[in-house]
Amino acid sequence: MSILINKDTKVICQGFTGKQGTFHSEQALAYGTKLVGGVTPERGGETHVGLPVFNTVQDAVNTTGATASVIYVPPFFAADAILEAVDAGIKLIVCITEGIPTLQMLRVKAAMAGTGVLLIGPNCPGIITPDECKIGIMPAKIHQAGCIGIVSRSGTLTYESVFQTTQQGLGQSTCVGIGGDPIHGMNFVDVLSRFQADEQTKGIVMVGEIGGGEEEDAADYIKAHVTKPVVAYIAGQTAPAGKRMGHAGAIVTGGKGTAAGKIAALKAAGIEVVSSPTEIGVAMKGYL
Amino acid sequence: MNIHEYQAKHLFQQYAIPIPEGHTADTAEKAEQVASKLAGAGWVVKAQVHAGGRGKVGGVKLAKSLAEVGEFSRELLGKRLVTIQTDSSGLPINSLLIEKIYPIKRELYLSLILDRATERVMFIASAAGGMDIEAVAHDTPEQIIAVPVHPAAGLQSYSCRKVAYTLGLKGQQIKALEKIMFGMYRLFLAKDATQIEINPLIETDSGDLMALDAKINFDDNALAIHPDILAMKDPSQEDDKENESQKFGLNYITLEGNIGCMVNGAGLAMATMDLVKLKGGEPANFLDVGGGTNIEKVCEAFKLILSDGSVKAVLVNIFGGIVQCDVIAKGILAAIEQVHVTIPVVVRLEGTNVEQGRALLTNTGLNLYAADDLNHAAEQVVALAKAVA
Repeated sequence: MSILINKDTKVICQGFTGKQGTFHSEQALAYGTKLVGGVTPERGGETHVGLPVFNTVQDAVNTTGATASVIYVPPFFAADAILEAVDAGIKLIVCITEGIPTLQMLRVKAAMAGTGVLLIGPNCPGIITPDECKIGIMPAKIHQAGCIGIVSRSGTLTYESVFQTTQQGLGQSTCVGIGGDPIHGMNFVDVLSRFQADEQTKGIVMVGEIGGGEEEDAADYIKAHVTKPVVAYIAGQTAPAGKRMGHAGAIVTGGKGTAAGKIAALKAAGIEVVSSPTEIGVAMKGYL
Repeated sequence: MNIHEYQAKHLFQQYAIPIPEGHTADTAEKAEQVASKLAGAGWVVKAQVHAGGRGKVGGVKLAKSLAEVGEFSRELLGKRLVTIQTDSSGLPINSLLIEKIYPIKRELYLSLILDRATERVMFIASAAGGMDIEAVAHDTPEQIIAVPVHPAAGLQSYSCRKVAYTLGLKGQQIKALEKIMFGMYRLFLAKDATQIEINPLIETDSGDLMALDAKINFDDNALAIHPDILAMKDPSQEDDKENESQKFGLNYITLEGNIGCMVNGAGLAMATMDLVKLKGGEPANFLDVGGGTNIEKVCEAFKLILSDGSVKAVLVNIFGGIVQCDVIAKGILAAIEQVHVTIPVVVRLEGTNVEQGRALLTNTGLNLYAADDLNHAAEQVVALAKAVA
């Protein structure tokens, strides 16, 4: 078992014929992802990387039966792409695009409320169930099928966690990059609850960073509901207040969202928080 | 992106939010001229810098005569203002806002923010205005009201009345506040703001409401569709290196230490700074070179780091994912030679083809250290920086 995606998940790509869409579709196919087609308006009927191109997501869903979509369209078109996927009946949307205006995401989230559709990202590396299905831009080679669930707001820190758990021989059940934007889809709690329910997952790595309050919410949730071992790391202890640290969501404002506050909340909930990102794998191994 | 108070007030005017009468001046003479045209009992001279906390450090002065307006202006212009929100070198005062003084009955607080937790645009209001609102929120949260706006329905009058009654407003003032709140909401949506703050919103002796101060932040992700806002950018209020980095698609933030950091990925860049600190060093910067690390970007990144004279050693931390480590190593070598980097550089590579990458960085004849893991890399760069310093 894994969470959210597996070898049978049928995926389409929005922004299919663009540079990013093309490159990562090729990578996904090489990995064995069941990518069944893609969408680029006005290119419907063509074949791209050996797969059919559709004008609309609805056409793609009707023809292929896809239930997941990955989005590589530019930032000012991404809100439209997400809502098109929702409208067409896609169940899991993975939005890789970085730089979507925050107010657009706010409206997208309001429009998605009550639909039951899951959104991962935006501004994220995507989701992977090793050896089964890769949806996103993560490097395939570092992954190994195994028992650790990884959830992270940062792309490269996800890769670090993957790499270390592979080195420790633990491998990963599913890895979810929830993204670095202030308003985004699935949060820590949404993913943690699925890892808790997943039989394959024996331990959980959670990587947070400064900004917002989702790590604090996760701490409360873990204390109340998660029985599996959790190792956490929080980036940004030395980040100055008021500065946006690369990710749009990584900012300390008005004394809120500090790394110290998040670490204290996690520790108070009995969760091991490693002080160095190099200790994630070893710490996880210690529990298993 | 931040703008100056006078620019924010100009936008307020366009959205029917009442502001004091006033004008900007960039010389003491102009300041006196501006003041002489504003009839009143006195004037306020306000330093225009991108930071709050101006009043506490002499950046806002009350002048009783035109001579005082000139005197205060000469004092402020050309100086750098250090406030609680700036670094120790402060920000340059290139212009002043001269305003008429109004008799104040009460100081209120009103802001509109983008709230992450509720995913709503939200008004925050308090009758305890003029002070540090974070302190009010901390000490007396009952004095603050938060009113979210549903994006589909938009702002409703009842929400404005709710705020008005909380602020203790009456009669015509309720309509006046509604007009201000609708103006703020329209401005927020039209220009992709992330925060509009009026602190204080004053009630004058005659009962009028007026935005005595104005602060607006805009969403960097939306600036491409707001050329009018982008045109308000004042590079003098930002770090030169941060301005420079944006031209090359790099994400750079100046810090006060002596160890330069070059990392791919924002999260890993933060983690690297933290690790340097954990090992007893002080990071000189945050620098995310992004995913597609190429030679040109690495060269520009080295130039940026080295332009900070206090940097004694550099830590390069790259997790090679789709771009393989050997390709990255070649890029780093080329950049070090092109930019003539002479201070020690510690490189930590991890990921695909890491052995080939490390081999390329060993025995180069350069002041270069290929670390075998991130912990050692951080320890090594801290030791090297101390040895040089």
